[in-house]
Amino acid sequence: MQILKDQQLTDNTWKFLPDDAELPDEPINITVSLRRWLQEQEILKKYPGKLGIRLNPTDSVESVPVSIKNVQLIEINFPVFTDGRGFSLAKILRTQFNYEGEIRAVGEFMLDQIYYLSRVGVDSFALENQENLPDAMAMFNEFSDSYQTSVN
Amino acid sequence: MYQYNDKDQTLINERVAQFRRQTERFLKGELTEDQFRTLRLMNGLYIQTHAPMLRVAIPYGLLNSKQVRKLAEIARKYDKGYCHFSTRQNVQYNWPKLEAVPDILEELASVQMHAIQTSGNCLRNTTSDHLAGVAPDELEDPRPYCEIIRQWSTFHPEFAYLPRKFKIAVSASKTDRAATQFHDIGVHLVQNDSGQIGFKILAGGGLGRTPIIGQVIKPYLEKQHLLSYLEAILRIYNLYGRRDNKYKARIKILVKETGVEKFTEMVNAEWEKIKHGMEVSLSRYESMKTHFAPHPYNAVANQDSSLDAALSKNSEFATWLKFNTTDHKIDGYRAVFASLKAPDSPPGDVTHQQLDAIANLADDYSFGEIRTTHRQNLVFADVEKSNLFTLWQKMKALKLTTPNIGTITDMICCPGLDFCSLANAGSIGIAKQINDTFDNLDYVHDLGEIKINISGCMNGCAHQSVGNIGILGVDKKGVEWYQITLGGSSENDASIGDRLGPAVAKEKVVTAVKTILDVYIQHRHQEEPFLNTVKRIGITPFREKVYANP
Ligand code: HEM
Ligand code: SF4
Repeated sequence: MQILKDQQLTDNTWKFLPDDAELPDEPINITVSLRRWLQEQEILKKYPGKLGIRLNPTDSVESVPVSIKNVQLIEINFPVFTDGRGFSLAKILRTQFNYEGEIRAVGEFMLDQIYYLSRVGVDSFALENQENLPDAMAMFNEFSDSYQTSVN
Repeated sequence: MYQYNDKDQTLINERVAQFRRQTERFLKGELTEDQFRTLRLMNGLYIQTHAPMLRVAIPYGLLNSKQVRKLAEIARKYDKGYCHFSTRQNVQYNWPKLEAVPDILEELASVQMHAIQTSGNCLRNTTSDHLAGVAPDELEDPRPYCEIIRQWSTFHPEFAYLPRKFKIAVSASKTDRAATQFHDIGVHLVQNDSGQIGFKILAGGGLGRTPIIGQVIKPYLEKQHLLSYLEAILRIYNLYGRRDNKYKARIKILVKETGVEKFTEMVNAEWEKIKHGMEVSLSRYESMKTHFAPHPYNAVANQDSSLDAALSKNSEFATWLKFNTTDHKIDGYRAVFASLKAPDSPPGDVTHQQLDAIANLADDYSFGEIRTTHRQNLVFADVEKSNLFTLWQKMKALKLTTPNIGTITDMICCPGLDFCSLANAGSIGIAKQINDTFDNLDYVHDLGEIKINISGCMNGCAHQSVGNIGILGVDKKGVEWYQITLGGSSENDASIGDRLGPAVAKEKVVTAVKTILDVYIQHRHQEEPFLNTVKRIGITPFREKVYANP
């Protein structure tokens, strides 16, 4: 599967591990839920592959530890496109946690949200429908200016 | 007034292009109904009983004559020749074609207008006092602050998918003419002990199904922190506002359920993290103020004697002047209301011919500007005394001089069953009955200030819960009934009306109103306004009389 990263098509090298799935034997790159990440620190530390975190809209910012800074990938999940909490989560990660790694939008977000998402600090996009990738590329330039400061 | 710079113009042009692409993708089936609904709502486009409805933004209610002519042209070309001014100082078209909306937006953009964020769960048009800049009781002109808020809220990337819509109102005067206590955020310009101007911030007010009065969460905010404080409130709301039930999703419910103290703490904690780096500089304020500099008023306007002569000769003119004009900061000028509440037309409606003529009158008599009010009238804010008689004559020919501002026939009324798919009952019909019944002007004037608000359902678009007399359409087994409330107000003495009793049948509404007025006349002390009498004697005497003869 391909994703958009820094406005370029790139192969996806990450996989989300559901909470009820065992850690894989081979060291692939995985993301886990915040809950798992917090609860299974010791086990996860020993995992030989790369680890990232997937945040959901219901994950409260207070429960996100400062150490999140060190992960390579934070996915922000959009279970429905109308739930805008992910926009604030991304902004807070960038401006208050000073997170510099990759923030990836996953789930049901719309192409038409890509521009605003990129402005609050999301820098990669995993589209459910790969056919939309070309259209998605055009979304970064919907506006040439803005009234607020942007994170990107 | 504010004039767009290149950046403002580029942004709205790009918005038109974006919406055109979105409409085309929808028509080709590339966007789902759900997706397009969200996108079109963020551009003021509803799909209604008869046709789409397009809501166009009028930032803080200020228009110039060129814009008014464009509104007229759009009504002619794309609609049925008229449009409707709303209770949020905006304007609505009831019959545009979906395919034509991008073209309408392009026309609007050519006169620095748009429909951005006029509906949907986002930051809406900022509203203000329709007498801003001319009111004798104001601390400072609120409009430069409104424009700064408008820019901050426009295309704000973080707050476009809020739990629910979000409205900000700004007031700078002793009398609150912007209903700030019933907004998600109310901003009041205030002066601190050392004479500095800053803001008092209210949050959690709102109308609709659960009307709630906003509470002060920051008694004094230093000027430079305006935007960071608003941003902090919005972020807390975006993260913690309820998304499980759309009737509980407004910030008013978050404030209520969290408790105002805890809510304030959360906002303040967030604000501490973000306030540095988001300051609005004094020079930005100062340069914004130059856009709203006072007009070149005639220094000898107060020496006019023609007005007194006209007044003594023409009692109809004198009555109009008393009811439909108000004091101006500058001696020798008055602000003039154009009543959109003529007896034979739906409240707030205006035709394209009227609009064109209004634009000309604004050019000739009021520095080319017009304002809209949240009670759905228009204002020529800067009319010289010596011009009042001529202006009155010209407005009379346009049916804009019904001398009823602030009176019982100056009703707020939603579109109701005639246009709205959510309605339980008609509201325009009730307004018409009230007009037909109370057609004796002496009687209406004797009653003085009474605000009647009529909504066709619980959503409360016409603010019935804060009407001195509120009338709410309810559906009883497919029949239209009306719930009456008394004693509501959206001004300084903000209050939510009390239920009079069981709903009344359609044909009994006007009789009930008549009875309520009789009780008032019987109990009032001299010039005591209706609202004060209701507050003094309570609702019981009214209830007893209205339900005496079932
Ligand atoms: C004809 C179609 C219309 C529809 C379908 C409609 C629908 C709604 C709905 C569903 C709400 C409730 C939202 C909530 O409580 O969160 C609402 C609120 C409101 N509507 Fe309308 N409306 C219409 C026309 C109008 C018009 C013509 C006006 C102006 C006179 C208006 C002014 C308002 C206002 C001011 C509110 C906000 C009340 C508040 O602060 O909660 N609406 N509308
Ligand atoms: S109050 Fe109800 S009936 Fe009236 S316009 Fe609003 S939604 Fe429609």
